[in-house]
Amino acid sequence: MNELWFVIIIFTCSLAGGLLGALGGLGGGVVIVPVLTIFFHVDIHYAIGASLVSVIATSSGAAAAYVREGFSNIRVGMFLEVATTTGALLGAWLTTVAPTQVIAVIFGAVLLYSAYGALKTQHEVITEHPDPLAMKLKLKGTFPAGDGEEKSYVAQRVPAGFGIMWLAGLLSGLLGLGAGAVKVIAMDQAMKLPFKVSTTTSNFMIGVTAAASAGLYLRAGYLAPGLVMPVMLGVLTGSLIGSRLLVRAHVGTLKVVFALLVIAMGVEMIVKGVTGI
Amino acid sequence: MSWNDKRLETWVGTMLRTGVLLAAAVVLAGGVMYVVRSGGERADYTHFTAEPAPYATLHGAATGIATLEPRSIIMFGLLLLIATPVLRVALCVMGFALERDRLYVGVSSLVLAILLYSVFFHR
Repeated sequence: MNELWFVIIIFTCSLAGGLLGALGGLGGGVVIVPVLTIFFHVDIHYAIGASLVSVIATSSGAAAAYVREGFSNIRVGMFLEVATTTGALLGAWLTTVAPTQVIAVIFGAVLLYSAYGALKTQHEVITEHPDPLAMKLKLKGTFPAGDGEEKSYVAQRVPAGFGIMWLAGLLSGLLGLGAGAVKVIAMDQAMKLPFKVSTTTSNFMIGVTAAASAGLYLRAGYLAPGLVMPVMLGVLTGSLIGSRLLVRAHVGTLKVVFALLVIAMGVEMIVKGVTGI
Repeated sequence: MSWNDKRLETWVGTMLRTGVLLAAAVVLAGGVMYVVRSGGERADYTHFTAEPAPYATLHGAATGIATLEPRSIIMFGLLLLIATPVLRVALCVMGFALERDRLYVGVSSLVLAILLYSVFFHR
């Protein structure tokens, strides 16, 4: 396989990953790392480098569309980014010392959890209870409820949300992912923020969190230009197409199929990690 | 329209999209040159070599641009991409300052400081 074919094949796989990721609600990075490591035998450091860059691209590329919908909360995002970026600094540093096998096993576990999170039905509990800390930090807002009215909400359990976000940042830095599934637990489950507010705000945060790891990845030599190029362009193109299709397509079945694919890859990563790569 | 959160978010969204499209265009241009000049031999990614190649540093990418080295051009595109969220946070510092929200000028400045530390010093 020469360079041109390698680039074309990686681009195509990344495009498919970005497309499925956008439709399945899990983001592109989740499939890129396993595909690169399992099928192309790429070292996990190069794979997470390529994935992290793609995560920044898809997050930034989708932001303009999310802003128009009017759900994202810039203050909630900024406040929690203090947690995710500090977590990411530690996570990125851990990639330089943790054995490859350990990273593979943790990666597999996060894949399994993400698939579970995507399949589970969401129960939304929105509250206007004026939590004192949230009021002080202005972690509140309104969102369009659908019938032309604005519904208001106030964040709850701020310290728990902040702690889980720190963990999400750590996983993002360690695995080169957006760690969207963990961010969603912090926001909808711990902080009781509305579902759409959580997902759109999380998208905003993913790029900033990933940028906090990118500096170390860059200096440690994880960003191999010839590999990152087709991955980033493929995932970005795929996710932009995917988010357009998402408006029209019925994604119920696709979501299940994608989750099963992610589960299979999660198991494979764990097996690979345990038996040695 | 007065300065408010909605306007700040719209600005930020547009800035992010512009940044990512610009970065993608640079990466694509570098990528085309890279494939054309590669001569068919494929790079090996199966083993990680901890020694960073010269183009993987800020200085290396900058000097490589001058000589139109394809991998340096790709790297330059990636640097633009990484700079986009950092610039977004800087924009928020300004936006919150215009809203006279001292608390969030502080919070976003802290995030900006963490990012700048990461880009320039963290190892």
